Amino acid sequence: MDVVDLLIRFGLGLLVISLVMGVCMYSVLAERKVSSWIQGRVGPNRTTVPLIGAIPILGPFLTRLGIFQPLADGGKFLFKEDVVPAHVHKFYYVLAPIIAFIPALVTISVVPFGQYVDAATGTVKTLILANVDVGILLVFAVASLGVYSIIIAGWASNSKYPFLGGIRASAQMISYELAMTLSVVPVFMWVNAPGTEGTLSLVRVVDAQADWWFVLTQPVAAVVFLIALFAETNRLPFDMPESETDLVSGYHTEYSSFKFGFFFVGEYANMTVGACVTALVFFGGWHPLPFVTWADLAAWTGQAWMTTGVVGALLSIGTFVLKAFFFLFFFIWVRWTVPRFRYDQVMRIGWKGLLPVAIANLIAYALIIAAWDRWVS
Amino acid sequence: MAVKVIERKPLSWAERTYLPQILSGLRITFRNMFKPKVTVEYPEERPPIPVGYRGVPTLVRDPEGREKCVSCQLCEFVCPPKAIRITPGEIPEESQYAHVEKAPKEFEIDMLRCIYCGLCQEVCPEEAIFLQNTYSVTGTSRAEFVNNKQKLYEIGGTLPDKHFKWEKKRRAAEHGNAH
Repeated sequence: MDVVDLLIRFGLGLLVISLVMGVCMYSVLAERKVSSWIQGRVGPNRTTVPLIGAIPILGPFLTRLGIFQPLADGGKFLFKEDVVPAHVHKFYYVLAPIIAFIPALVTISVVPFGQYVDAATGTVKTLILANVDVGILLVFAVASLGVYSIIIAGWASNSKYPFLGGIRASAQMISYELAMTLSVVPVFMWVNAPGTEGTLSLVRVVDAQADWWFVLTQPVAAVVFLIALFAETNRLPFDMPESETDLVSGYHTEYSSFKFGFFFVGEYANMTVGACVTALVFFGGWHPLPFVTWADLAAWTGQAWMTTGVVGALLSIGTFVLKAFFFLFFFIWVRWTVPRFRYDQVMRIGWKGLLPVAIANLIAYALIIAAWDRWVS
Repeated sequence: MAVKVIERKPLSWAERTYLPQILSGLRITFRNMFKPKVTVEYPEERPPIPVGYRGVPTLVRDPEGREKCVSCQLCEFVCPPKAIRITPGEIPEESQYAHVEKAPKEFEIDMLRCIYCGLCQEVCPEEAIFLQNTYSVTGTSRAEFVNNKQKLYEIGGTLPDKHFKWEKKRRAAEHGNAH
């Protein structure tokens, strides 16, 4: 690996991280906008910037849409007073937001964004930062590090509400991780058919969904995964660590300014990755429709540009991003539909609901796939 | 009264999974997104003020432009938070309204004390004080919140009046049968 290659990879990494950060910023805006629409309000529509806001029709339109609101929100986080309470454990107090932030960004490295055919060589290229074989395993492993940030934040804050929030969060995230991991096992059992090279890569999962999306063949696994994902990203109805009504603000009660911003952005980055993984594993990644891929479309219409080169890449990225955005929207949508569960209900759903269902699903699909491999294929 | 006991049906299997209920909830919230918004974008858009609204108390003039208040001080006495302060004065002899005899020299309503109860309007025998539509009172100092006589007439304006009580009194006096 020479220096140029390294630089290109570094640049791509920066690009992806800044794109994800942008998505995070604007999902905060989307959160505020969708919340207000659902509640019959208008949402942020006043913030404007001098030059762009002055363009006759476009400026007011963007202002009404709240496009500049994230700038104001971010600026506010930057310039607020950064209070470090006297009673906290300083080292861990500072460490927690960093731990919240980094795993969320690391996981994006194994998420593929699309595929295109290189016209010169005729090979299929995947747009991904690191095409490793342990894809989904890395996502689960690194994302589960995020629970440390909440535990450390809760403990280092040295006051009762963050502490309770931290305890609840650790119990919740560990409980739901089991169901989540078990729910994707049947998917990968199907992907790793006998005679093929074993893999946990997210790219291969999407390739396996050229005909049937896994949400159609394994709906139970998809539902369990989605519910567990809500719990893992601490979104309502599972926002136990935060629970504004009973724990003030949970684990980040004592945090202010940019440290709080880190938690905030970390949460949204987790959501983004979660939405991406859901789209990839269960909803066909960059395939536009079940049973229809861009390659099929190109073959039917005879338009080769649909899969090759820049246009092909943009089409497949666009399909994938649209799906990911839908799930981001879904997160927000559910937030304003389902009230929060009580802590004991969260534990009951996790251990007595989702986990048995996930295990039963795993066993059932193990038998089905074994039978399929023996008699059908 | 007959008591009708309604049996609480046990939840069905589908209901116990919550999922159908959540789906119908999602449908409701999704439909809500496209309903017309209920909020008013305040500074540009103002809510309609209903008839009989009790806004800021004001003094009004009658259609001739005469100040109606005769400084009887009933409002000052009835005002529960003691927000009104009246300094009574005489109407000078040379004025064409001299027969009314009294008018307020100074009339102050402290908007930091006013509770918008409307008792002053109710008690006023001259129909000179009215709670009108203004609901947004702002200021940067305490002194700014005390509306003096001039300000009260400014925001009060002129209201239609069918009685012309003092006009009738004047005509009666001129004809020699005052009472």
